[in-house]
Amino acid sequence: MKTSLRLTSLALFMAAAMTASAQEGKPWIHDPSTIMQCDGKYYTFGTGGGGLISEDGWNWYPGAERPGGGAAPDAMKIGGRYLVAYSSTGGGLGGGHAGRILTMWNRTLDPKSPDFGFTEPVEVASSEVDEDCDAIDAGLFMDPTTGRLWCTYGTYFGFIRIVELDPQTGARVEGNEAVNIAIDCEATTVIWRNGWYYLLGTHGTCCDGVNSTYNIVVGRSRNVTGPYLDNMGRDMIAGGGKMVVDAADRQFGAGHFGRYVEDEGVEKMSFHWEADLDRGGRSVLAIRPLLWENDWPVAGEAFTSGVYEISSVRRGYALELAVDFVRHDIPRSRWWEASDEPIASYPNQTLEEVKDTWPEGEIPARIGDWMNRPHQRWTVTAVPEAGGYLGGQYYKIQIEGTDRVLAAAKDAEVTVAPSFTGAAEQLWRIEQLTDGTFRIMPKEVPGTERQYVLTSIADSTPTLAEYDFNSDNCKWKFIRK
Amino acid sequence: MRRFLYILILFLALSSTSDARKKPKDLIARYPALAPYFSTPSTEAMQPDEKGFIRRWLLLEPIAHETRTNTVFVDSYVRQYLDTGWNKGDFKLPQDGRDGWHALDSRLFNVKLYRFAVGTETGRYGMICRVVTVIDVPEDIECVRLATGSNSASMWWIDGEEVLILSGDRRMVMDDGASRRLTLKKGRHILSGAIINGPGMSDFCVRFIDEEGKPVLDYEILNK
Repeated sequence: MKTSLRLTSLALFMAAAMTASAQEGKPWIHDPSTIMQCDGKYYTFGTGGGGLISEDGWNWYPGAERPGGGAAPDAMKIGGRYLVAYSSTGGGLGGGHAGRILTMWNRTLDPKSPDFGFTEPVEVASSEVDEDCDAIDAGLFMDPTTGRLWCTYGTYFGFIRIVELDPQTGARVEGNEAVNIAIDCEATTVIWRNGWYYLLGTHGTCCDGVNSTYNIVVGRSRNVTGPYLDNMGRDMIAGGGKMVVDAADRQFGAGHFGRYVEDEGVEKMSFHWEADLDRGGRSVLAIRPLLWENDWPVAGEAFTSGVYEISSVRRGYALELAVDFVRHDIPRSRWWEASDEPIASYPNQTLEEVKDTWPEGEIPARIGDWMNRPHQRWTVTAVPEAGGYLGGQYYKIQIEGTDRVLAAAKDAEVTVAPSFTGAAEQLWRIEQLTDGTFRIMPKEVPGTERQYVLTSIADSTPTLAEYDFNSDNCKWKFIRK
Repeated sequence: MRRFLYILILFLALSSTSDARKKPKDLIARYPALAPYFSTPSTEAMQPDEKGFIRRWLLLEPIAHETRTNTVFVDSYVRQYLDTGWNKGDFKLPQDGRDGWHALDSRLFNVKLYRFAVGTETGRYGMICRVVTVIDVPEDIECVRLATGSNSASMWWIDGEEVLILSGDRRMVMDDGASRRLTLKKGRHILSGAIINGPGMSDFCVRFIDEEGKPVLDYEILNK
C-alpha cells in the first residue's frame, strides 16, 4: 500500500512537473533557432538539420525541414521571406575550428507548401582551423533603428564576432570587417529594446546532458558593435555577462536564446534544456516569458497549477465570487488586558462554513478586499486536452474545493459558472507580461470572435476588454497560496 | 376696482409661484451649513462636470436606520433595505420641497450626504439616503457604464432597473464599481440610487464612463 501510494504520489508529482516545465508532444531539439510563425504555425530549427513544428505553440513535433546539416541555425522573417543562417561546423568541441556561416532563403517554412524551397546557401563568414574564433552558432539581428542586418557568431574558442549582411540578399556586405564583441560564449544573438542593444550568449558546459551547466547571460550597449557591458560594467569581451536564465528544478542546461515578441508587453524567449529529467533526460525546446527589469532581460517562470489569490494590479483587490461576506467568528481577546491564558491559533474560515450561503447556479464575479476567504481562493489547473498557445497551455480557474469556474460571458462580461464543461469560454490563457504581471485571456468569448482579456473596468468590477499593456486594468498578479 | 382686483390676484399668483421656485434657495438660506457643500439649482439644464460627475440631485431627507457597524452591509442585506421598490412601478419624479425631497447642486464632485443630513438637521449617522436625478441624452450612447463610489454601501438604478450594487463597508472612491455595458437611449432617463451608512461620513459620486474608462460628457442633467 505504501509503495502504491508512493508511486501514485510520484506519478502525480511527475504529471504536475511535466505540465509545468516544457512543451508537449515531441519537442526534442538541440540549439533551437528563434521561433518563426508562418501561415499560422510555429517553426524552429536545430542542430543537425530539421526542426519542430507546432500548430498552437504548445504541442511541438518534428517535421520542419532545413537542409545543410551543421550546427545551431537561426531564422528571421524579412519582408515576405525567411532567411535561415546555419553553420558548417569545424569539428565540434574537441575538433578543429574551421567553421562557415551560411545563409539561405525560403518563401515559406511549411515543407508541404508548393512554395517551399531553399535557395543555394551563401557563405557570409568563416574561421580558420586554429583561429581565435569558431564560425558557428549564427544569430541574426535586424536593427529596427537603421534597417541594417547583422549576424553574430562564435563559440568558446575565442571571439564572438559580428558582421553585416545585406537584407536583400542575405550575403555579407561587401567590404564589411568583422568586429569582436565578446569572448568565450556560444549561441549569441543581438536584440534591441528601448535604445539598448543586447548581446545574449550562452556560458557554461555544453552537451553533457543533465550535467551541462549551460546558462544564458547578457550584456548591453548603445551601439550594435559594442562594447557590451554587463550590470557590473564588465565588457563581454572580458567575459562579462548578467544571468538571464539558468537551471530549473528538473531541467538543466539553458542555451541558445531566441526572442519572440507576441504583443506589446508580451514577449517569449525560446531556448533548449540540455536535459529534462521528466523527459528521459532529452534535450528539449523550452519557452518562457521574457521579462524586463530595469532594462535588463530576465526569464519569467513557467506558470504552474496551484491555488492562488488573483490580484488586480489596478488597485490590488482580489478577484472573487460575488457572494455575501460571511463573518469569521472566533473569540475576541482584549488586547489591552494582560492575560496569562495560553495563546490559541485559530483556523482560517473554511469552505464548509460558508458554501451553503452561496446561491445555486451562476454567480457574478467581483473584485474585493483580499481576506483569504473561500470565495477568493482560486484553483488554477492546466487542461492538457484543450491545447495551448506559444509557451503555455489553457487553464481552468475555479473556486477552490468547488466546481465553480470563471467564464467569459456574452456581451464581453465575466461570470462564475456552476461547473466546468470544458467549453472554450471556461478556458483561460495565462501569460506573464514583460513587467512580471499577467494577462488572463479566455480562449473564446461568446458572441464574438474578438480577443479580450480579463480587465478591471472599476476597482470592484471585472469585465472583458481589449488588451492594453499600458493600462493596469488589464494586469493581474497570481499570488500562490 | 375690478381691474385693481385682477392685478392684485395676478400679483399674488406670481408671488406664490416665485416663492415656490425659491424654495430650494430657502433651504440653503434656512440651513446655512449647507452652503459650503451645496448650491441652489438653476432652472437651466446643466452638464456633468469636466470629469463626468453628476452634481445635480434630488435628495430625500435621510431615513433613520440604526447600524452599529458597516460590515453588515453584505449583498443580501443591502438588497433587503435599499431595493424596496420605492423607485419602480409608477414611481414619479419627486418634487423639490415636497415629501422631504430637496433639489440641490453639489459644489463638490462627491455629494456629501452627511453634510446634507446634518445641515438640514434630519440625520447624522445610521441612515438610508435616496437620491434621484434626470438625464437627457441627445443621441443613443452605446457601451457606457455607470460608475459610482459611495460611503457606505449603495444600489443604483436607471429607469427603475438595477445596474449596480456596492456592498460591504465602502469608502467613497471614484469608479469603485461599474455597471455592465449599457446603451443610453436618446431621451430622458431617471437615475436613482440608495445609500446606507452606519457611523461616519457618508457621500457618493456618480458618472458615466466609456469603454476606456473615460468620462461620458455629452448629455444634460435636469432638475425636473
